[in-house]
Amino acid sequence: MIQVILFNVTNGLIIGAFYVLMALGLSLILNLSNVINFAHGNFLALGGYLAFTLSPALGYWGALLVSPLITALIGLAVERLMIRRVYNRDPVYSLLLTFGFAFVMQDAARYIWGPNGLPLGLPEFLSQPISPTLFFITWYRVFMVTVVIIAVLGLFAFLRYTQVGVRIRAGTLDLETVASLGVNISLLRTFNFALGCLLAGLSGVLAAGQIGLNPNMGDDLLMPSFIAIIVGGVGSLIGTLFGGLLIGVAAALTTVFFPSASEAVIYAIMMIVLLVRPRGLMGEEGMMA
Amino acid sequence: MSSEAGTNAAVVGAGRTPAVPRWVMLIAVWAILIAVPYWLPLLGGYTALAGRVLVFGLAAMGLNLLLGFTGVLSFGHAAYFGLGAYGAGLTLRYLAHSTPLAMLLGTLLGGLAGTLFGLLIVRRRGVYFAMCTIAFGQLWYYLAYSWNDFTGGFDGLRDFHREPIGLGGLTLDITDGGNRFYFFLLAVFALAVGLLGLLVRSPFGHTLRAIRENERRARFLAIPVERQIWLSFSISCFFTALAGTLYALLNNFADPLALHYSLSGYFVVMCVMGGMRTFWGPLVGATVFVVLQDYISSMTVNWMSFVGAIFVLVVLFFPRGLLGMRGRRGSA
Repeated sequence: MIQVILFNVTNGLIIGAFYVLMALGLSLILNLSNVINFAHGNFLALGGYLAFTLSPALGYWGALLVSPLITALIGLAVERLMIRRVYNRDPVYSLLLTFGFAFVMQDAARYIWGPNGLPLGLPEFLSQPISPTLFFITWYRVFMVTVVIIAVLGLFAFLRYTQVGVRIRAGTLDLETVASLGVNISLLRTFNFALGCLLAGLSGVLAAGQIGLNPNMGDDLLMPSFIAIIVGGVGSLIGTLFGGLLIGVAAALTTVFFPSASEAVIYAIMMIVLLVRPRGLMGEEGMMA
Repeated sequence: MSSEAGTNAAVVGAGRTPAVPRWVMLIAVWAILIAVPYWLPLLGGYTALAGRVLVFGLAAMGLNLLLGFTGVLSFGHAAYFGLGAYGAGLTLRYLAHSTPLAMLLGTLLGGLAGTLFGLLIVRRRGVYFAMCTIAFGQLWYYLAYSWNDFTGGFDGLRDFHREPIGLGGLTLDITDGGNRFYFFLLAVFALAVGLLGLLVRSPFGHTLRAIRENERRARFLAIPVERQIWLSFSISCFFTALAGTLYALLNNFADPLALHYSLSGYFVVMCVMGGMRTFWGPLVGATVFVVLQDYISSMTVNWMSFVGAIFVLVVLFFPRGLLGMRGRRGSA
């Protein structure tokens, strides 16, 4: 029993780690640009597929580094060409735009890489279990969690210690003031969007090694990421981080006892949070108004 | 943010003198709808397609009370549509062979779910409101998807069909899919839309528009903003749920995709494409969308790209919608 619970908790932490990477990217874009990026799951899939295509040439490690960067570049182009046109309009337009674009991206992935699932090859030693007793924990899982931790720490350090990062955080709080201090907020938003896509691409490469590739692989991660943001509190990246881990572990633990309720439990958590603490666990007062 | 599109947009019955008198428009709309079984086959369409237009049109018009007239963005109305459909289907399958009861219970199920959820989120605005509605809507999708024994799971709810309606001594047999069922749909649609029109024109409807145009000023005028938004959300859920029950009757089938957030997106794009600041816009948008989707999905397997491209094109080049263009010219 202990082992079953341990197995599911590690599972939950790993799933939660994906939620966190997805949700942090979504959250960055939402906070600064007030746009819900419906295509975020498709940027995740794009990152995974790029790694699939690049890994014969660059090897796994090269693909792990390069494909998130290419995803970010594509995100940058998408923002420049389309998304920034709707920043100053009713939010309904940005939702429809990213929603429609998600359809196009998913269909494009299906067209280019085919509708069937594809595996992403891993280096040999990563697929070994770390010990006979902990047979369910492969080195790959340890590796994934490590990468996620490094990425999250890197993101927070970037937001804290670099000028661009500070500007992004300031823009989240008061974009008008930041603009009037002479910061080019159009560029800032573009960069921020690309940063969000970079995180999505990275989680795509990592997810592809675990669950394989298919054109709608991001869809199942999108809704929990929304919930991670709502639970953690809109406007707070730390909140998003904990929200993602919380619902990941909660869903995995529910699988032990009531397998059929594992999807429902994250929605139940969301309802309780909305009822008891509407601004989210770590949301700032007034941030969600 | 919404004021740029809102302030100079045309609003039903708001002082603008249209080029065509309104009663002429109304007679034209209803004449076209009533005559569908006679002219649609000539164009190569089929009556069930017109039924789908009415059902989605009603759902989108219900949503538009919130979206276009209150200026509040719900991206989760498929939940209430689907709950209506499942409510009707489950009633017919497990409870009673009665079409009116199925419609009543389905509408109540969807509407009350929306009413309760609305209480939780009325203080949210803009994209955050939208995000809460999306996430809550998906709850029902997963529920219908995983509660296999009761709802039929992924395959959808089957083994029910619409029943003849007894009216005193008369019996209205709508079980075959022909014109009689279309006229039944049209009658329900007409009643619902008439009610919606009264609401929009009522003092209540005017307070909703006041909130849309300037929430702070509405608050100064002692309009209880949160309560009005909640009421608007709730009412729009009831209308969308009613459309959902008709959807279940139309197909004799309810599937989890009727609850999926993609459908919510379709409802929103119907409103925007037709013109969300106009009363009839969502019906026009639903017509265009349903016909296009029917045509495209019969032509190519890559229909998703086309539907997605429609979304993108509408947003970038056609944000006022078909009827909104007319209104703009009128007010300029």
